[in-house]
Amino acid sequence: MASMRDIKRRKGSIQSTQQITKAMKLVSTVKLQRAKQRAEQSKAYFNCMYETVTSMLAKAGGLNHPYLKAGASEKKAVVVITSNRGLAGGYNSNVVKLITKGDFKKEDLEIYAIGKKGKDTLQRHGYMIKEDDPDIIEEPSYVDAMAISRKLLASYAAGEIGEIYLAYTRFKNTVVHEPTLLKLLPVEASEAKADAQETGSKAMMNFEPEDDEALDMIIPKYVTSLIYGGLVEACASENGARMQAMDSATTNAEEMIDHLSLMYNRARQGSITQELTEIIAGANAIS
Amino acid sequence: MADDNRNFTLKIITPDRVFYEDEVSMVEFNTVEGEVGIYKDHIPMTMIIAPGILTITRGDEVKEAALHAGFTEVLPDKVTILAEIIEWPAEIDVARAEEARSRAEERIREHAPGTDMARAELALKRAVARIESVRE
Repeated sequence: MASMRDIKRRKGSIQSTQQITKAMKLVSTVKLQRAKQRAEQSKAYFNCMYETVTSMLAKAGGLNHPYLKAGASEKKAVVVITSNRGLAGGYNSNVVKLITKGDFKKEDLEIYAIGKKGKDTLQRHGYMIKEDDPDIIEEPSYVDAMAISRKLLASYAAGEIGEIYLAYTRFKNTVVHEPTLLKLLPVEASEAKADAQETGSKAMMNFEPEDDEALDMIIPKYVTSLIYGGLVEACASENGARMQAMDSATTNAEEMIDHLSLMYNRARQGSITQELTEIIAGANAIS
Repeated sequence: MADDNRNFTLKIITPDRVFYEDEVSMVEFNTVEGEVGIYKDHIPMTMIIAPGILTITRGDEVKEAALHAGFTEVLPDKVTILAEIIEWPAEIDVARAEEARSRAEERIREHAPGTDMARAELALKRAVARIESVRE
């Protein structure tokens, strides 16, 4: 059995770890509230954007627009949204797995990394990191999303990349976060059409300017809003994941402390009993 | 028809918040095809917004905001503006807008090779819209 002093020291160290995890849990709970609120506020914009684009595509089904068909290039760009800090359970590795375990060819991918953790892991796996913006995820803003989508669309228009994907963690609710891979471009018109029919699309819509030009202008906004939505949701998911991870860490620490306390008390009692036995044995020997 | 029936719902959404939502009688703004004013029972239409001033008329009350980018979906009894950038005059930093204007003007005048003229012009339009919305 370990000595009393060892057990005591170990208990102390676990206690201080528990204090840290407890504090981190509180911090991420507060951050989660804020991020959740933001995610909900941006949802209205995103939903409306999605409805408009789908109804537009449903109408403009036969259009031969560059944004609607895959580019000639084999290259695919993936925007990977992860966190800058760890201690969030499987949050980061789940997003990375989407790419490493998905059916992409490593040579075809260009990674636009947002968040340090994802970038580091993918770099280690030998992926090509085209861009790296670790600061965005701390405080996602629409302007940042605009800058990224502008870069992506420029390379798409120049034919450097043929497809654009977004890998992020969807925030379903506080406890459920889904790593998701979303195809940004080309927009799949057939899928969109089915969706539009389901939602019972609105009355005939007119476009000003004409469909073609309108698509030219709306699709970049659509891509931007998807990226922004991804950023905001990933931010909420990150804090949610961290909160959960820290919660279970705190519970585990509690369990270990209980166990160690029991061991400590047993050891203490054992040593007292031993001392008593020795004293009594000594007294008996003298008399 | 009674006067109060001439109102429709105007909803302005930005990525960060619901900017405005109320019953209004008229809304005017700038699109890439020119300025438009919309009353109730407009035919369904989707328009792309150009930088300019957004004017909301609600009875006798008139409100203005600087609207820079986005698009709008018009339905007979509802107008939804998806604004990427929109500001109330109170939120605008005039000094910064003036600065942006002179910078953009300079860029356009010099017309240096490699300047993105479309972007410079857009920046100029945005700055002008900001300044005007404060002045009025």
